[in-house]
Amino acid sequence: MKPFTYERATSPAQAAAAAARTRNTKFIAGGTNLLDLMKIGVEEPDHLVDVNGLDLDTISKTDDGGLRIGALVRNTDLAADRIVRSDYAVLSRALLAGASGQLRNKATTAGNLLQRTRCPYFYDTHQACNKRLPGSGCAALGGFSRSHAIVGVSKACIAAHPSDMAVAMRLLDAKVETVQPDGKARSIPIADFYVLPGNTPNVENTLQPGELITAVTLPRPLGGTHVYHKVRDRASYAFALVSVAAVVQKDGSGRVALGGVAPEPWRVEAAEAELPQGAKAVTARLLAGAQTTQHNAMKVPLVERTLASVLAQAKG
Amino acid sequence: MKFDTPATINPIDRLKVVGKPHPRVEGPLKTTGTARYAYERHDAVPDHAYGYIVPATIGKGRVLSIDTSRARRAPGVLAIVTAKDAGALGKGKYNTAKLLGGPEVQHYHQALAVVVADTFEQARWAASLVKVEYAREKGAFDLAAAKGSATKPGDDADSAVGDFAGAYAGAPVKLDATYTTPDQSHAMMEPHASIAAWEGDKVTIWTANQMIAWSKGDVAATLGLPKDNVRLISPYIGGGFGGKLFVRADALLAALGARAAKRPVAVTLPRPVMFNNTTHRPATIQRIRIGAGEDGKITAIGHESWSGDLKGGGPETAVNQTRLLYAGANRMTAMRLAVLDLPEGNAMRAPGEAPGLMALEIAIDEMAEKLKLDPVQFRILNDTQVDPEKPERPFSQRNFVQCMREGADRFGWKNRSSTPGTKRDGAWLVGMGVASAFRNNLVMKSGARVRLAADGTATVETDMTDIGTGSYTIIAQTAAEMLGLPIEKVVVKLGDSDFPVSAGSGGQWGGNSSTAGVYAACVKLRENVAKNLGLDPATAVFEEGKVSAGGRSLPLAQAAAKGEVVGEDTMEYGDLEKRFQQSTFGAHFVEVGVHAATGEIRVRRMLAVCAAGRILNPTSARSQVIGAMTMGVGAALMEELVVDKRLGFFVNHDLAGYEVPVHADIPHQEVVFLDETDPKSSPMKAKGVGELGICGVAAAIANAVYNATGVRVRDYPVTLDKLLRGLPTV
Repeated sequence: MKPFTYERATSPAQAAAAAARTRNTKFIAGGTNLLDLMKIGVEEPDHLVDVNGLDLDTISKTDDGGLRIGALVRNTDLAADRIVRSDYAVLSRALLAGASGQLRNKATTAGNLLQRTRCPYFYDTHQACNKRLPGSGCAALGGFSRSHAIVGVSKACIAAHPSDMAVAMRLLDAKVETVQPDGKARSIPIADFYVLPGNTPNVENTLQPGELITAVTLPRPLGGTHVYHKVRDRASYAFALVSVAAVVQKDGSGRVALGGVAPEPWRVEAAEAELPQGAKAVTARLLAGAQTTQHNAMKVPLVERTLASVLAQAKG
Repeated sequence: MKFDTPATINPIDRLKVVGKPHPRVEGPLKTTGTARYAYERHDAVPDHAYGYIVPATIGKGRVLSIDTSRARRAPGVLAIVTAKDAGALGKGKYNTAKLLGGPEVQHYHQALAVVVADTFEQARWAASLVKVEYAREKGAFDLAAAKGSATKPGDDADSAVGDFAGAYAGAPVKLDATYTTPDQSHAMMEPHASIAAWEGDKVTIWTANQMIAWSKGDVAATLGLPKDNVRLISPYIGGGFGGKLFVRADALLAALGARAAKRPVAVTLPRPVMFNNTTHRPATIQRIRIGAGEDGKITAIGHESWSGDLKGGGPETAVNQTRLLYAGANRMTAMRLAVLDLPEGNAMRAPGEAPGLMALEIAIDEMAEKLKLDPVQFRILNDTQVDPEKPERPFSQRNFVQCMREGADRFGWKNRSSTPGTKRDGAWLVGMGVASAFRNNLVMKSGARVRLAADGTATVETDMTDIGTGSYTIIAQTAAEMLGLPIEKVVVKLGDSDFPVSAGSGGQWGGNSSTAGVYAACVKLRENVAKNLGLDPATAVFEEGKVSAGGRSLPLAQAAAKGEVVGEDTMEYGDLEKRFQQSTFGAHFVEVGVHAATGEIRVRRMLAVCAAGRILNPTSARSQVIGAMTMGVGAALMEELVVDKRLGFFVNHDLAGYEVPVHADIPHQEVVFLDETDPKSSPMKAKGVGELGICGVAAAIANAVYNATGVRVRDYPVTLDKLLRGLPTV
């Protein structure tokens, strides 16, 4: 692990300013992903700003009937929250489908959004990876790519985003609230938060250097039936091959988002208009232009079949 | 003591302590964190430094240069050792690849250097600063591609009886199918770890090792030392599964690092390095042909297996069980070995039988279906009580049919639908599968020393290891039974090369063999005790802390009143294992659910019925079997070291990428041991169970998946992508 300096933040604005001041700074909260990556040399920050002491760990109702989730609310607490369980059940289910109890106890809402990919070539610092080392190439292309993305990919990177929570957040039209180094706050719709890899897979989101996530807000509850189906080889503690988050209304309308298939939580709003036509039509729109490998081509039929099952389940 | 005639009645048969479900005697130490594992021996080695491995990052080639200049300047660095400055190194008898590579790189993550520093973090950081330049060479990384170049690895690689080709050609019902099993990793909980300390030219290594005597010899051979200058200490081991049978890089790097730094050094292999640095279970390609009459009797059975290893390595002996498991007059088996430049293949829990049965027991299921026979009935129909390759050689004990019948009854096998894909439970397709379990019982020479103290306690010393199996407990039970003591009066000390050489932990021979060694030592001790007390050793009865003979009864402790009494001996074996085939048997029954839409496979319940001689401790034996069944679930459904055939390494080299079952995968397991003893195995009349438990499990699951879905998967692991095409439309 590369030696680094460390400080504890005293306020969100101070944290952002501190992070902008020192080159190559990372915020650390739960550390469930960052610390692992630092130990194996994938992340090598020079400076850590510990935000754990900040007062960002509460869940409260917003004036417009939505929910404000502090950036430091732990995944366990968010999944167990009474309002989340009743009004945003898909979020609770997605959270509980991720990681393990121990990890969820530490992992935070903001940290979960910022998880790095689980591509094995990203993790092995001696293999080519444009995300880890821009310009070094992509060993996953032509390599082992069973877990990799099939939409939103580029010639530089086919890594998938690993988060379950983010899939539900995308489905629910969450907004990411931040504070910038100059102390100004901004709110980023989650649809604009992630960035597809293109030629710069090392850039994964629209956060500016030093910008700190302070909260994630949810709009008013959608009602309907909430389903999260995560498909994986073992029953627990594994990343998704594919996952389907859905909120389906009585009239058959609804929303769908996917995990495990793209470099970001994947939602195509236009595809949702096809919901009354069934899973095949929706999948065709969701995965239009999919670029698969011999290892992950199964994700196309798997999404369709999982979605069909989810829709059947939602109907009851 | 020599065991060359079947056991008669002996003190173990009293079963006052042996055979009882005694909890682990060292359990409280482990649950309170006071059983110290190799890397935690700060008590024995205060002030040690830390070494960190620099692994090779190409699959095959040569090191052009190693630049250690930046690393040497890093904070805390005490020493850096590469092959250039390690001095002359030999190679252990049990190692195929060198433990310290360079200039030749034999496989990915082969150790090239160790960096020693004051702290672990400093060593790790400095190790990352070592810059290695390579000349990559083309390697052979693809077993299927190398199959054609495979050669016969030894005289016993083939066997043939009768006229296989003729009988197979003429059989009215036949099967010819090819199966593949992937490379697998032991993935034990405790990583390989060692602390080494030198005193002059003598080295002591606190390590995690299953086979102390083998490894003492290999450390000596590698370092060029007389054996007597090496001491290994390994009392607690956090799992091995064969991955710790041999000396690995951690022990050598610790010794080299300590010599260079002139200070004790601790080295553990980082988890992401373990998968390519250490050994693994090699992948196989297996072709099975079976011919049978309309009556369901096998007339021809053939099993060929291809595997690969580094030059000088050995084959995965996947045809073992096919030589012994089913009857049939015309038979052939053959093993072929290809040279691959992947990391070293070697033993993993039930080497040979585990992957062999993964293939054979699907083939048997397929054959039963062709014959329109119930798969349990088909297996029973082809039982044999003699070695089918040498019919003059009976099994010492073979209650295989009873295992099948008992299992079928208990599991509710009669409720299985013989038509695949016809049972449904909501969104889930439900199926049942069965497979035979078979694993040879090996007996190994094993020694022990037992000391009786004046306070009436007995201390057993042997270099036997406990890798989580329960050795401490069954050895304590054995000594207690032999000496007529309560188990609380027995202290067991294991895993020190200064103790008498034991069988060690491997090949499921440890339980029976090591306790037989303790039996022999106790027989000696009993003689010495009786003599001290002036009692007739031949008739003395040891019971409830007393020794009685000829109408006199004296406290056992009295024998040691003037100083401890010691008994030491080694159990050796005659030719019983040649005259009788010794094997262990079982039947695995599994019910799975397969999600009709997604193909997700979830095991619902499992049952193992085992016939494995006397069960020395039902609690630890059950623990062994359920652990093995769990490992079988991994083999069936998820475990695969994925080879990057371009770059020549196992890609998924951490526990997020190499998945093993978690609790949620294992909802319900039941284990039944048939009540049997095998007097031809040892005076303990016991056999192994630790490997039997995994044998056949994966095939039972694959067969259950077939029964649930109608999709036959012949390439492990059975993952959902291999089922999708055959599932009902949604």
